[in-house]
Amino acid sequence: MAKVIVITSGKGGVGKTTSAAAFAAGLALKGHKTVVIDFDVGLRNLDLVMGCERRVVYDFINVINGDAKLSQALIRDKRIDTLAILPTSQTRDKDALTKEGVERVIDDLKEDFDYIICDSPAGIERGALLALYFSDEAVIVTNPEVSSVRDSDRIIGVLQSRSRRAEEGLEPVREHLLLARYDSERVARGEMLKVEDVLDILAIPLVGIIPESQSVLKSSNVGLPVVMDPSSAAGKAYMDAVGRFLGETIEHRFVKPERRGLFQRLLWRTA
Amino acid sequence: MPSAGDEVRQGAGDTVLNGSQGQMSSATRAIPATRRQRMVPELRRGAFPMLVLRMQDPKDQTFYSRLADTLAEVPGLHRYAPVVIDLQDLAEAPPFNLAELGRRLRQHWLVPVGIQNGTEEQNRAAVNAGMSLLTDGPAIDPISPPGGAAVRGEPASPAPDRDEEDEEPLSGPGSRTRLITRPVRSGRQVYAQQGDLVVLASISPGAELLADGHIHVYGALRGRALAGVSGDTTARIFCHSLEAELVSVAGYYRIRDDMPEGLIGRPVQIFLDDERVRIEPLA
Repeated sequence: MAKVIVITSGKGGVGKTTSAAAFAAGLALKGHKTVVIDFDVGLRNLDLVMGCERRVVYDFINVINGDAKLSQALIRDKRIDTLAILPTSQTRDKDALTKEGVERVIDDLKEDFDYIICDSPAGIERGALLALYFSDEAVIVTNPEVSSVRDSDRIIGVLQSRSRRAEEGLEPVREHLLLARYDSERVARGEMLKVEDVLDILAIPLVGIIPESQSVLKSSNVGLPVVMDPSSAAGKAYMDAVGRFLGETIEHRFVKPERRGLFQRLLWRTA
Repeated sequence: MPSAGDEVRQGAGDTVLNGSQGQMSSATRAIPATRRQRMVPELRRGAFPMLVLRMQDPKDQTFYSRLADTLAEVPGLHRYAPVVIDLQDLAEAPPFNLAELGRRLRQHWLVPVGIQNGTEEQNRAAVNAGMSLLTDGPAIDPISPPGGAAVRGEPASPAPDRDEEDEEPLSGPGSRTRLITRPVRSGRQVYAQQGDLVVLASISPGAELLADGHIHVYGALRGRALAGVSGDTTARIFCHSLEAELVSVAGYYRIRDDMPEGLIGRPVQIFLDDERVRIEPLA
C-alpha cells in the first residue's frame, strides 16, 4: 500500500525542499518507487533542487485542472530510475489547489508508486493544509532555534486536528522529527538549542539530525539531491534518516563537534 | 477549600510566598494594577452600528453581483463590516445553506455575525455556522447574564483551533471533566466547559487551556492556563512544572514576569486569594 509522506515545518527556510528532495532520492536509492510533489504553488523550487527544471512542460496544477494527464506532467529522474517529480506551477497561486483535485492526483499516484512525498510550502494556510491533508506520515523539519521549534509545534497540532486521518478518526499521522541545519559547534557554544531541548518540547520521535553543511547549498545549485553526493556529511545523515524511517536502527552521527587540526581550522575559516 | 493560613504554611521556604499572611499580601500586591484586571469574564455591553442585510431569495444568482455593485459605491467603507442577515422574508422559503451564504458574504469582505427573524430551523443552522441570534427589540438579551451558558469564556472573533479530539469523559455520563492525553501544541486551545480539565502531557508555548473549573497539568505547563473562566474564584491550577506564559484564575492573572523565579520549573498550585493570584509549590 502506497504511503503519503508530507515534509512540513510551519516556518520557511528551514530546509523543507532540500529534505523532500533528499528523502525522495534516498527512498528511491533504496529501491522504492518514489514520487515527490511540489505543493509550493507559485514558488516553484523543487524541480531546481532536483535538477529537472528544464524538463518541465506540464505541472501539478495542469493535472488538477484536467489540462494534462498525470503521465505528461511526471518527470522521471535521469539518475535514479525509481524516482519521479511532479513539479508545480510558477504562474499560479495556492488557490489553484483543490482538495478534490489533490486527492485525485494522489490516488492516481498510489497506483504506481510506493511512496508519495509532499513538499509543503511554509505557513499554515491552504497550500500547507492541502499538502498535509492526505498524509499517512509526516516529517517535521525543524532547525535548532526557538521560532522554528514553535512553528513545528504549531504544525504538529494542525496535523493532529486537520489532516484527513484526524478528521475521519483514523489512526493518527505518524510523526518524525528531522532536525536540520544542526551546527554542533554553535550548539556547544549555547547559541542553538540542544537536541534534548527540541525533543522535550516537540515530543515526537527523532528520525535524523542533519548537520549544517556547505555541500547542501552546492548540491541545490547544481540540482543534485544531497544524498547523491557521497562526500557530503549532510547526504550521509539524510540516508541514515531514510534508513530509520524505514525501520532500521542507526545511531545518530554528526551530533558532536568534530576535532579539527590547525590546518583544517584554517581551511574551515576560509571556506 | 482549606483556609488561607494552611496554604501559607505550605508555602514556607519559598522566597516570595513565605512567612505570615501579612507578608504574603504585600508580596502579591506588588503586581501592577493593570495585571489584576479581570480578563475573560469581563463582559461589557457595547452598542455598535451594524449593517442589516435583508435576504429575499438566497438562490438568486444575480444577488451577489448586485451586492458587489452596491458595496462598490463606497469602496472600502464596508470592508470587514459586521452584517446581520435578516431572514424575515424567508420564513416560508425552502431550506438553504446558511453557512454557504456566510461564506459568500465573506468573499465580499463582509463579516456575517448573526441572523434575525429566523425560523427555528434557520436559527439552528445559524448557531451551527457560528453566528449569533439577534433581535430588534429588548425581548431577548443576546448576552445572557453571568452564569448563563451562552457566552462562557467564548472569545469574540476568529476562534483559535479548538481541540475536540483525544478526549474521554473521566467518570461516565454527566461528567464535565475533559481528559487530554496528548501534548497540547502551540496555537491549540482546549476548553473544559462547566468542568475541570486534566492534561496528562505538556502544554507548549502558545497553547491555551481554559476551564470553568480546575486545571491539572501532569507535564510542563509552558503555554497559558486560565481556570475559572466563568468567574469561579475557587478554581485552581495544578501543574507538574511551571513554565507558563500566563496563569489566570477567574480573570485575575499573572504573566511570566510576575512569577517568582524560584518556582519556575517546579510543581505548583495556583489559586486566588482575596483577588490575588497566588503561586505555591506543591510539597
